[in-house]
Amino acid sequence: MTTGGKCAWGFVVLLAILHFDFWLWDSTSVVLGFLPTGLAYQAGISVAASIAWALVVKLDWPEGVEEWAAAGEEERP
Amino acid sequence: MIALLAQAAEGPASRTPLIVVGVYLLVLIGLGVFSGSLFRGTSSDYFVAGRSIGPFLLLMSVFGTTMTAFALVGSTGKAWELGAGVYGLMASSSGIVHSLVFFTVGIKLWAIGKRHGYHTQIEFFRARFDSVAIGYLLFPILVLLVIPYLLIGVLGAGAVVRGITVGMFPDTFAGTPNPATGATMFAGAVPTWLTGLVVCGVVLFYIFTGGLRSAAWANAFQTIVFMGTGVIAFFLISDRLGGLEAATRAVLERSPEHMARPNIGKLQFLTYMFVPLSVGMFPHLFQHWLTAKKAASFKLTAVAHPIFIAVVWVPCILIGIWAVGAEITPPGNNPNALLPKVVDTLLHSPFLTGLLMAGVLAAIMSSLDSQFVCLGTMFTHDVLFQWLGKERFSDRQKVLLGRGFIVAVVAVTYVLAQFPPPKIFDLAVWCFSGFASLFPLVFAAIYWRRVTKAGAIASIVVTVVVWSGFFYYGMVKTTLSGVGLDGDYLIAGMMPVAFMVAASTAALVLVSLMTKPPAPEHVERFMVTARHRA
Repeated sequence: MTTGGKCAWGFVVLLAILHFDFWLWDSTSVVLGFLPTGLAYQAGISVAASIAWALVVKLDWPEGVEEWAAAGEEERP
Repeated sequence: MIALLAQAAEGPASRTPLIVVGVYLLVLIGLGVFSGSLFRGTSSDYFVAGRSIGPFLLLMSVFGTTMTAFALVGSTGKAWELGAGVYGLMASSSGIVHSLVFFTVGIKLWAIGKRHGYHTQIEFFRARFDSVAIGYLLFPILVLLVIPYLLIGVLGAGAVVRGITVGMFPDTFAGTPNPATGATMFAGAVPTWLTGLVVCGVVLFYIFTGGLRSAAWANAFQTIVFMGTGVIAFFLISDRLGGLEAATRAVLERSPEHMARPNIGKLQFLTYMFVPLSVGMFPHLFQHWLTAKKAASFKLTAVAHPIFIAVVWVPCILIGIWAVGAEITPPGNNPNALLPKVVDTLLHSPFLTGLLMAGVLAAIMSSLDSQFVCLGTMFTHDVLFQWLGKERFSDRQKVLLGRGFIVAVVAVTYVLAQFPPPKIFDLAVWCFSGFASLFPLVFAAIYWRRVTKAGAIASIVVTVVVWSGFFYYGMVKTTLSGVGLDGDYLIAGMMPVAFMVAASTAALVLVSLMTKPPAPEHVERFMVTARHRA
């Protein structure tokens, strides 16, 4: 795995940890004038998750899976 | 509800919502005809769309299948009950975990399925563990876990349509007596049996003609409908509440705790993350994965899924807490009735009510169709072909049998939905927990060479035992005693699924290590070799 790939997977793990936002448990504050801070934070986690998976797909994509699958398909009667 | 009944007393309510739903259903039938015309007549095409689905259709069909009516109706109601923290509890965790499962499990199962020509999960497990018995053990478990999920869909559709159509047909449908008071409820509303019949009939029409390819096309359309519905409802409702800031300010004034999470435990929040692992063992999702044309088709699904979840859930969560600020209460304090109530109270638009009804039906039907095809495929492949031998049937006969079983599954589901068990809607989290508890099995089957048949069977048996024990104490006993649970059943503040996954994993690992390893050449057939950049 490349350093970039490791970083991308590290980002996923970090998000899973950051998802547990115990420091916002009792927060009733708002951002952008209408969004509860806890909800905004978790929506941010969703956006960051998409970015993290885009990085994993880009930097640690399993090459050769299609060839492996197709090879067996040809062997099948 | 009182307002609706009053409206009924004055004369029939507008039937425009049903016209909107009718248009939606006609589009689905049209899509069924179109996708049916693409059907090539082969069993591979019928059961796994000829393994030809590209990135966009895969994303839409997987998302539509994963999201049920809960994404619109349930999320709004839960936020009304528990506050904005519901998003972190159920949605953002799913965004991370679902994509993790698609990437680590979905791609590998697609490759194994394509290489060995599988159509069902059980075909894979039978071959992987070289055991016919494991198939017979898993089959009833998977079917029993999917059935409540199906019933929830059919009953949910009936409940939503009944709630919205009160007063539309006062001369045709008299309504039902309230068991407690004897008063007539839902006078003039479309009865649940009729909605179930129409929903099952339309879904059957398009999956009968084109199999899973038709389901994929329909899911794409349905996903657009329910995502669009949520967003439209969000902007119109916020407008009626005086704008985004005013709507939230009312919540802060009347119930500030709905902005935070006093009703959600920290351990509950943490352990809820195990629930979305269920997607790794959904048999209908497995079948959708097999439809992918290439491994690369999964890229868009893994990346866009968390954003899609946010697009659907964030507006619904806000509508739920805004209802608290606007002092809107659902009929009978039933959270699942909140969204229709908010739309009815604030928008007074039959067209938008119809759009909402179509959106909810889209979310329900996009899961139902895949589950119907999946169960039909399982009965065809895992029971009939297993007993009688696949080779004795021609390809055309396989398709005919698949269609026959799908018709039977739809018919049985419809009949069962007429006699629903009590608290059927509370079963959803239990079904998801059951599937999640089997996740260690599929993960080990793909990645762990040392896992043995005995370990796999032990894991399944332990899952059944532990699940049944928790289910008895958390559901059956409380229902029989007449004392309903207020919220999720928790053990030491944690979701039972955490204990189930731990027990299932422990049994899998310990028994595998204590038994003879499988032959390396056999295991090699299932180890997908891939190159990651060095």
